[in-house]
Parts: sequence; C-alpha cells; structure tokens
Amino acid sequence: MYKIIVLAKQVPDTRNVGKDAMKADGTVNRAALPAIFNPEDLNALELALLIKDRYPGTTIVLLTMGPVRAAEILREGLYRGADAGFLLTDKAFAGSDTLATSYALSCAIRKIGLPDIILAGRQAIDGDTAQVGPQVAEKLGIPQITYAEDILSVDNRTVRVKRRLERGFELVESVLPVLVTAHSTAPECRPRNARRLMQFKRATTLSERHHSADDYLAAQTHSTEPVLTEWCAKDVNSDLLQLGLGGSPTKVRQVENIVFQAKESKVLSAADDDIEWLIQELISQHTIG
Amino acid sequence: MNNVCVYCEFEEGSIQDVSFELLTKGRSLANQLGCKLEALVLGSGLDGLEKEISRYGVDMLYIADDKRLYPYTTLPHTAVATGLFRETQPQIVLMGATSIGRDLGPRISSSLGSGLTADCTNLEIGEYEDKKAGKRYDNLLYQIRPAFGGNIVATIVNPDNRPQMATVREGVMKKEIVSETHQAELIRVDAGKYLREEDLVVRILERQIESSKINLKNSSIVIAGGYGVGSRENFNLLFELAHAIGAEVGASRAAVDAGYADKERQIGQTGITVRPKLYIACGISGQIQHIAGMQDAAMVISINNDPAAPINKLADYVIQGNLENIIPRMIRYYRKNVK
Repeated sequence: MYKIIVLAKQVPDTRNVGKDAMKADGTVNRAALPAIFNPEDLNALELALLIKDRYPGTTIVLLTMGPVRAAEILREGLYRGADAGFLLTDKAFAGSDTLATSYALSCAIRKIGLPDIILAGRQAIDGDTAQVGPQVAEKLGIPQITYAEDILSVDNRTVRVKRRLERGFELVESVLPVLVTAHSTAPECRPRNARRLMQFKRATTLSERHHSADDYLAAQTHSTEPVLTEWCAKDVNSDLLQLGLGGSPTKVRQVENIVFQAKESKVLSAADDDIEWLIQELISQHTIG
Repeated sequence: MNNVCVYCEFEEGSIQDVSFELLTKGRSLANQLGCKLEALVLGSGLDGLEKEISRYGVDMLYIADDKRLYPYTTLPHTAVATGLFRETQPQIVLMGATSIGRDLGPRISSSLGSGLTADCTNLEIGEYEDKKAGKRYDNLLYQIRPAFGGNIVATIVNPDNRPQMATVREGVMKKEIVSETHQAELIRVDAGKYLREEDLVVRILERQIESSKINLKNSSIVIAGGYGVGSRENFNLLFELAHAIGAEVGASRAAVDAGYADKERQIGQTGITVRPKLYIACGISGQIQHIAGMQDAAMVISINNDPAAPINKLADYVIQGNLENIIPRMIRYYRKNVK
C-alpha cells in the first residue's frame, strides 16, 4: 500500500469566458466565472485510483490551493474515491505565480508528510504553463516524471511510467518518492460513486461551515470525522515573503484586449458562381495550381 | 556575466530547429542589450556541432559532453544547467517549449528562484515601472503571450530575479544564419563537476521517437478545421481538398480537444506556428491562441456559417455557408479550371 497526494486545481472554465474575466491588476477574476475540476488533474486522480485498486490500503489525499469555493473539487474527488482533502486558502496566497504557488503547495505537502507518490495534472487550462508540478518536485527535492500516460507498476522502491512525448513515448523508471504529472491521454477519471456521494456530500471545510447557516448536525458529524481540512499560510509554516504577488518573480506588466487588424474582406456566398470565381482567382494568382 | 543564453536541445543526433530559432531571437535581444549571446548544449556525442551553432551569431558556446546527459532526463540536465548558470549569471535564458523544455524550464526556475513564462509568442526589451515600490527598471525582457482562454495578451516581466526565463514553441520565431564563418568561443563544461549520484535515479528503459509525417510548418497551403467542422468524418472533406490542391491539414485546439483531429495537427500558441501563402480556415472562430499560430499567412480564406466569427476580420475572402456543400464544389471547380 502506498501514500499518494494528488494536486488539483479548480479552474475557470475558459471555454465560457465573459467580460469581467480580468481584474484591473491583470490577475484573473475567478469569482466571475464557472469553475471546474481541472481536466488533467482528473486524469491524475484516476492514475492514483488505479494504484489504489491494485494495492488496497493505499490512501489518496487531494490537495488544492484556492478560494473557499475550491472545496467543491475536494468533494468531487471524495465522490470519485479520494480519502481526504486539504484546502490551502489565505489572502496571502492571492496573486501567486507558479513559483509562489509551488512553494505554498510544497509547504503543505511537508506538513501532511511526504508521500510515496505525488500526482498532478500536466497543466491547468487557465494558464497552460505546466510549471507547478516540476517546481513542487524541485522544492521537495524529489525526481519528477512528466506527461504520464500510464503507471505500469509500483513496487516498494520504484515506479515505472509510460510518458507521452510530442513525437513518441518513453518508458521510465524512478525511485520513490516521485512526482508524476498526468497527460490528457492518461485514463479518464471514473464517475462519482453514488454511495460516496451520499457519504461525503456534507463534508465541508471550516470556512464553509462558518459561512453557511447549515444545520448544526452536519457540522457536528464532521468535527469528529474531518475529511476536509482547511489550512492558511501560517498552518503550513510558510514564509509570507515567498507567497502571493510579493513572492512571485513574474509580474504582469500589461494586459491588452487584442484588436485584429481587420483586412478588407471580400464576402462571398456559397453559390456556384462565387466559388468558381474564387478558385479561378486563386489559380490566376498562382496561389494554388 | 549578464548575457543572453539559449539552452539548445540535442535530440537524435541533431540540434532542434526551435533552438536555432531562439538563437536568432537571442542574437537580436543581445544586440539590443549590448551583451553577448551564449548557447548551452548538454548531451553525448556532440562533436561537430560548433559550426552549425556558431553561425547563428553565438559568442560563447558551452558544451557538456557526457554519457549521463543523453538521452535527456530531468535531474542531470537541471544539475548541470543550474550549476553553470550560478557561475555565468545570464540575465535571460530561453528554451524551446518542447517536451524537454517544458520539463526542464520549471525545474531550473524553481532551483534558481527565477521567474519563467511559458509559451511566449513574442519577446521584446523594454522598461517597467513598479508604481507601488516606486521603482523603475530598464532593459527588462517582455515575455508576451496570450492568456486566459485567448481573450487577452499579457506582457510578463521579471523585475528582480535572474535569469529571466521564457519558453517558446517551435516555429514562432524565425531562424536566420548571421554568418557561415562566424566562430563562437568554445567552452567545454565538465558535467561531473555538477552531477551527483542522486541525480541519476530516473532511468529510461525504452524510448521511441517517431519522426513526424506531417509537415505543417513548411507547407505552403494549409487547410485548417475548427470545432465548427463538427466531426472527425467531416475532417475527411478537408483531407480531400488538401489532397486535390496539394496542401496540409491543420486544426484548432477546439477541434483537437473534441477529438476531430490529432494533436500533432494543432495550430496556435500551444501547437504549431505556420506561415503559408494560403490558409483556408474551415469552421474556425478565431481565438487569439489560434490566430497567434497563423497570423503571418499571406492570404486567408474563411469558410464559416457564422458571419461574425472573429477570424473573418483577418480573412481576405469569407465564404458564408456549410463546409459540407462548399468544399466538394471547391474540389470540383479546381479540377475543372486547373491546367
């Protein structure tokens, strides 16, 4: 049996972006957007669940950093088979770039205890940077295997992983502990389990219990069985100077809405005459033919 | 010290194109900054690369030739690169946004505590004012990239930390030889000085690199399909047109994500950048990330149901209607009219 931590991120659904998406300081206005479980983090969760299937007794802990509402994806993970969830939330984290984020996550991982395997999605759809996984591994001083398509085997000391590269693949073996990032070609995450949904739908974080006047009993139940834990910057012994905007080496200098330099387009209909005219035009210009 | 350094990727016996493209960009940045251009190659069996790399205007070429550095694994390359950068103190480090660069870049940036911007579509030199701290910075690297679903373009700077790091996809920058006879100063790096036993804990058991059969980047006509194509079957129409007129087929990210086309056909910020003489956009709406990969096309035809699709603004010709009945007639009229 193995101890696994899965890093997950709640991301704005960038397919449905509105006008209020950005704040004046150039950071993302998450409140204005629908939020989802980052797709490749679900692939990472599935790779963890497959290990748990093979080695009963394996525990899977989900770790996320974000606003209070990010607890939604922790519950989503519980429904699908994770054992516990940790939410890192603090104003001090606001505006963190990838380096400050990976620092905060690495502090939380040390606090939970370094597991055998850390899994994370290759990248999040709101930034596509693919940086946080490798940076967390570096901060923890452990090896990394990026772009995992499959975890072929795990034994007491090593893990074998199939990596998807731009043009081809690699089979690699690493010692444990290791951080593995999941590629979108890794197995799709299993759906919610109905029994687990009933079991965990009332699992809440401290802030959620404070913010809602939810029934007293639910809070009671979870104070004896805390599946979801909420931590602030101080709880994970992090250095405030390395967090948030101040702890981020990269600064957003400027954001611009892009205005295309419109060309004078010639609009054609789908009528035979128009299409034949265009083809003749292209041939006479030697663009085709 | 304080130079521009390009990490040159060595794979299957040669330096990757993206590295030459970055050397060309690095040369122009170094000229603007009045500093030198450095190239770093890590690998094994690297003899005879000096001339090929030098001609892009490289001043100093660092080569670490060591069996433990090939094939690429994360930790040994990180150890040698960071060890060297601590001594040479480059102000800018550029890498390809490839499988290797996107694995190595963040590891180096974390180790050196420096900022890294992924998938830049442009790099410039400029000033920055930190109003809160009341500080002004000159000659920073502007790392420019579309962000956030392609709705905006962000300019990122790293005011205080060095090196300023950026990754760039293949094809975004243009490679240009400065002089065939240019000679870089060759500096041999002893990898053993930086490598430790614990850097060798990841082993490659098997490796299969296929050379790409698709040559989108160099195709003079590109027919690209978007989400509006509607299905993988409908993409066959694009292949039929491509076959008829001698083109290559590309796709938008939305089409790739929907499973209509393979990832290696993706055009845009996180895919391939193309500069064809004709670009036929089929059912593509035209998010910034996609535009970033095709905006240098000499001529654009947009076939779209939606008269308000943003890509139409870039198009020389807009055909309004359904692909299913337009493309077969394009093929028919091409065959009828071509000599």
